[in-house]
Amino acid sequence: MLRIANAQVWVHDQDEALAFYTDKVGMEVRADVTLPELGFRWLTVGPVGQPDVSIVLMAVPGPPVMDEETAEQVRNLTAKGFASTVFLTTDDCQAAYEEMVARGVEFTDAPEKRPYGIDAGFRDVSGNSLRLTQLIDFPPS
Amino acid sequence: MVVDQPPARHLLRARDLADRRYADALSVADMARAAHLSPAHFSREFRRVFGESPHRYLLTRRLERAAALLRTTDWSVADVCMAVGLTSLGSFTTSFGRMFGKTPTAYRASVPPAAAWAMVPACVLRANGRPRHRTFREDA
Repeated sequence: MLRIANAQVWVHDQDEALAFYTDKVGMEVRADVTLPELGFRWLTVGPVGQPDVSIVLMAVPGPPVMDEETAEQVRNLTAKGFASTVFLTTDDCQAAYEEMVARGVEFTDAPEKRPYGIDAGFRDVSGNSLRLTQLIDFPPS
Repeated sequence: MVVDQPPARHLLRARDLADRRYADALSVADMARAAHLSPAHFSREFRRVFGESPHRYLLTRRLERAAALLRTTDWSVADVCMAVGLTSLGSFTTSFGRMFGKTPTAYRASVPPAAAWAMVPACVLRANGRPRHRTFREDA
């Protein structure tokens, strides 16, 4: 049986991303491990109440992992909004939206009714897109 | 906390503004303000980063939204035109025809029923539905 454990998004600055995903979005820190000898920090966050799925907030590495030109391209693609989308679901889109707005999240889409539910969207500090959707409960077909 | 972000992040903020406020009387100058750049510098930088002018992006976003309204509502073509922030029905019909290859009315008649794609996330439809720009006439 396959399960999703972690999925990664590129972030421009890990401290800034951590503050955004915890203080503003309301997620919890799952792992924050720095390996100084490698100059690497494994940083993951996830929604409270869903302990087995996390988002990895991955810094864009430099050489030798990634040459400078590639790293610059990845940073730019992320800033241009083309790197990643995380699809979140919630029981109450409007309430979650209002909570996050009060905490300073800038939404690109306010909650709107769609055929599959109520859908809103925002970006993290680096430019990654996040959707916030309250799905309609369809009877099993 | 102030962190140096790639300049593209500010341009993305302006593009997000076009996606969010296309229905209003939004102008390229408004987009430039969102990116904290002068209009001339903004248009140059936007084109360099996204490969098209902000004016063209805004126009094709409005046409994409108009196409979505034609698919999913029974509104008149004039109402659709106004609902996406365009004020001239004649220009709208001309631009729409050039980019989608048919009139708004013919487009509406040609598409499968809304239920066929109702389950695809709206953000995905919006991202992929913007028409390819066909001439540079609107780019003035």
